[in-house]
Amino acid sequence: MLTADQQLINEDAMSRNRMVRRLGVIGLWLNPVFSYFFLWAPILVLVLFSFNQSRSVASFTGFTLRWYGNILNNVMGAESAFSTELMLNAFRNSLFVGTVATAISTVLGTMIALSMARGKYKGKRLLDALLFFPVVIPEITQAISLAIFFKVVFDWLALISGERIFPGFHTIIAAHVTFNISFVAIVVRARLADMNPQLEEAANDLGANPWQTFWLVTFPLILPGVISGALLAFTLSLDDFVITFFTSGVGTTTLPVFVYGLLKLTVTPEVNAISTIMMVLSTFFIGISLTIQGRAVARA
Amino acid sequence: MKKTGLLLVVMLLALPLVYADSHEYAAWTCPEGFEGQTLSIFNWSTYIAEDTVPNFEDACGVSVNYDIYESNEAMLARIRQGNPGYDLIVPSGGTVQRMAEEGLLIPLDKDMIPNIPNLIPDLLNAPYDPDNTYSLPYQWGTVGVGYRTEVFPDGITSWDQVWAHDGSVAWLDDRQTMFGIAHLFLGTDPNTTDGDEIVAARDYLLERGGNVVAVAADDGQVLLERGEVDIAIEYNGDILQISWDCECDDYAYAIPDEGSNVWIDNLAIPVDAPNPELANVFIDYILDAKVGADLTNYIWYASPNQASIESGFIDEEILNDPAIFPTPEQVANLFAIIDVGAEAEELINNAWDEMLIFLGQ
Amino acid sequence: MTTWLARKRESGFLLAVPTIAWLLILFVLPLVIVLIVSFMSRGRGGVAIMPFTIEHYQRTLGIFSIILWRSIGLAALTTLVCLVIGYPLAFFISTRRNRLFQQVTLFLVILPFWTNFLIRTYAWRILLGDEGTINGFLLSLGLIDDPLPMLNTQFAVLVGLVYGFLPFMVLPIYASVERFNFRYVDAAYDLGANDLRAFLRVVLPLTLPGVLAGCALVFIPSVGAFVTPDLLGGAKGLMIGNLINNQFGGSGNMPLGSALSIVMMAVVMLSLLVYLLANRRDRGA
Repeated sequence: MLTADQQLINEDAMSRNRMVRRLGVIGLWLNPVFSYFFLWAPILVLVLFSFNQSRSVASFTGFTLRWYGNILNNVMGAESAFSTELMLNAFRNSLFVGTVATAISTVLGTMIALSMARGKYKGKRLLDALLFFPVVIPEITQAISLAIFFKVVFDWLALISGERIFPGFHTIIAAHVTFNISFVAIVVRARLADMNPQLEEAANDLGANPWQTFWLVTFPLILPGVISGALLAFTLSLDDFVITFFTSGVGTTTLPVFVYGLLKLTVTPEVNAISTIMMVLSTFFIGISLTIQGRAVARA
Repeated sequence: MKKTGLLLVVMLLALPLVYADSHEYAAWTCPEGFEGQTLSIFNWSTYIAEDTVPNFEDACGVSVNYDIYESNEAMLARIRQGNPGYDLIVPSGGTVQRMAEEGLLIPLDKDMIPNIPNLIPDLLNAPYDPDNTYSLPYQWGTVGVGYRTEVFPDGITSWDQVWAHDGSVAWLDDRQTMFGIAHLFLGTDPNTTDGDEIVAARDYLLERGGNVVAVAADDGQVLLERGEVDIAIEYNGDILQISWDCECDDYAYAIPDEGSNVWIDNLAIPVDAPNPELANVFIDYILDAKVGADLTNYIWYASPNQASIESGFIDEEILNDPAIFPTPEQVANLFAIIDVGAEAEELINNAWDEMLIFLGQ
Repeated sequence: MTTWLARKRESGFLLAVPTIAWLLILFVLPLVIVLIVSFMSRGRGGVAIMPFTIEHYQRTLGIFSIILWRSIGLAALTTLVCLVIGYPLAFFISTRRNRLFQQVTLFLVILPFWTNFLIRTYAWRILLGDEGTINGFLLSLGLIDDPLPMLNTQFAVLVGLVYGFLPFMVLPIYASVERFNFRYVDAAYDLGANDLRAFLRVVLPLTLPGVLAGCALVFIPSVGAFVTPDLLGGAKGLMIGNLINNQFGGSGNMPLGSALSIVMMAVVMLSLLVYLLANRRDRGA
């Protein structure tokens, strides 16, 4: 039996609790409002200025589709301004690097993920560390280590063969694969961990050889994971600036490197326009990948 | 310093801007045999006209890779690592000397460059490359002060106005130039190799750096344009480009009376260039009167091309602008940067790092 | 030899060999070279030459430590701000009952990150500048008479870093809240806990792995940031990444740059160690 005093204290605590909760609820709603505004305001500014009349992005002077027109003209093969040509060339370079690096890193990452999930050997903790470090190491450290490494290796090769190799797409791609492998492996392993190994055992029991088991059972099941990993790798490749900057050669300017050069100078709305296009395209690709994943989840 | 200064006086005084009427001009033609080849150019950003490269591609039937850099340092770093495949670079005077000493440049083939006589004779045979073995002038100019005319209606005549300004200032990320300006005040040689003098220059700048918001690598004019700074220490052409872009009188360029830096950028061929022949052809193309004039009309730097000046192809507005072609009085106080050697280079590098660290305190 | 190979094939190890080889050559070996270079002397043009020396480490821990501490401080602050914003946001997203709405709210966090990082950071220059959007807005409202100096300060770097790395905080927390069983909260209430106690004693500990992972994922890239301070920080927001980058210019100092990188990596490893220990203790509890 509670005394009146205790009851009062209790009610007091409860009303205070209610107040806290109400404040919490308000806070919980205010936070997303603020957060989404924070996340999207710069994007809106970016898109807005892709329609800017004047060449500068300092102030909005009027609406135009000119910058999109320039890009479209070039894509359609028409003559266009030298600077537009340079930018689109950089965009093509980015796509090329991203595609090749993604292909290689997806294969390598999936292989090690499979080996670690299904293999029976010691030292997996060491492999864990090997895969973990590229993710956590500061980008600039990795960038300079690769720059110095390529210099040392190419100097040495020139010394023994007399032929000098120059940095180029191969160095950028090698660098991108190196930081992408871990991400692919992590995503694929997560998928493998969710998968029931008995399915493979069943296939085995039914007389399938390991090769058949892999292509007929394992692969279709981990495919959504592989696709997610590949998409992640592609995005990281497309967006990478620091490591590309330190490992690139002649004529291999990727879009981020090109944009960096521009940012240091005058940014024309054309850059905003191509970023907007890229964002729309990415949204589209992510949408597809989510749909694929969603279907896979629904089926599983 | 005196010697290079004197030389520059002579050299720049010899730029009488005579506008003769157009000579007979025959459009540049490409020598045969280069169709289908590739040329890789590594140039400063915003340092070429829109049609310079496409016209060359059409004339020779070649394709051009065009990459950009922001500083001599950045370019030098790339070439030192082993030329990644560039045929043509545009180093400033002191950098030409350094690269030549380090064996990073290959001699020009002057037989392939018949347009050399188009150049102003006094700009040739500069101390950093006495016989123009490795380089030929591309454009030249000065480092000075770009400012907002609204903030300084009476203009800027002294560096002290920059140091004392109550507002935002951007410095130029060019260590030898910035220390050189300090040396002007300290009465020491802008190209000194003395450790104590370098430290003194560092401290001189640090004491006057309270209003500095950015040490900008070749983008001070953008900060000025966006209203982020009232003053930017910058290359003359960069400031003029933003005035030209806005078609207004909001920005002006001045060389303070105490003096400043003069530079010449040069066309050169780096060691291990895959296609030096085509690079020589491109140099000849740039030295053409019309091509050179179109270039200058677009980027607003001073042309080293006598033929371009005399032919009347360059806009008179540019020829008469003291911000582009400085007056003889100004020229007398300009200093050029030369190579200071490995030891002083390290001292300057250390002092510059320390300045950056303490500038942000 | 053949039996060794056969045994290895049996165990599935061979499948991992190409990847291991790739990472050993292109990841481990380059880092070893950096470590060696960091002990060499500076030669003409900033390249590494013999003899060995420790002077770059002395310089790194001497005069450069000012910027090193600033980088660590800014990264820690970034992590804190990300946590304060990201935790409730992750909670908000994962507690949406409508599956579609939940996906949309999550998607809205991720989508901006498919825009080029440089451009996104650059957009803040437009927003924070003296003649930028925010100052223009405040001036027109008459709230301020002179533009607030925001760009080219450490504040701008902080904003840029939080903006750049917020999703790294939100996603792991989202994943852990998703797995969280809200019946525990009811149980806590039944046992007489108030909101605060229920949160501190039940919700927070159970979502702690996500929080710790988020903190590590934000702190690490923030310490070594180079683009953000470069574009937003100006002279006052200089970070260690900028100084490292400077050393790789033409007359920089490659061994010094390597030493700075190694020290920065040590800081990161130390913070990871803290993370792992906290995680283990948390699991043990």
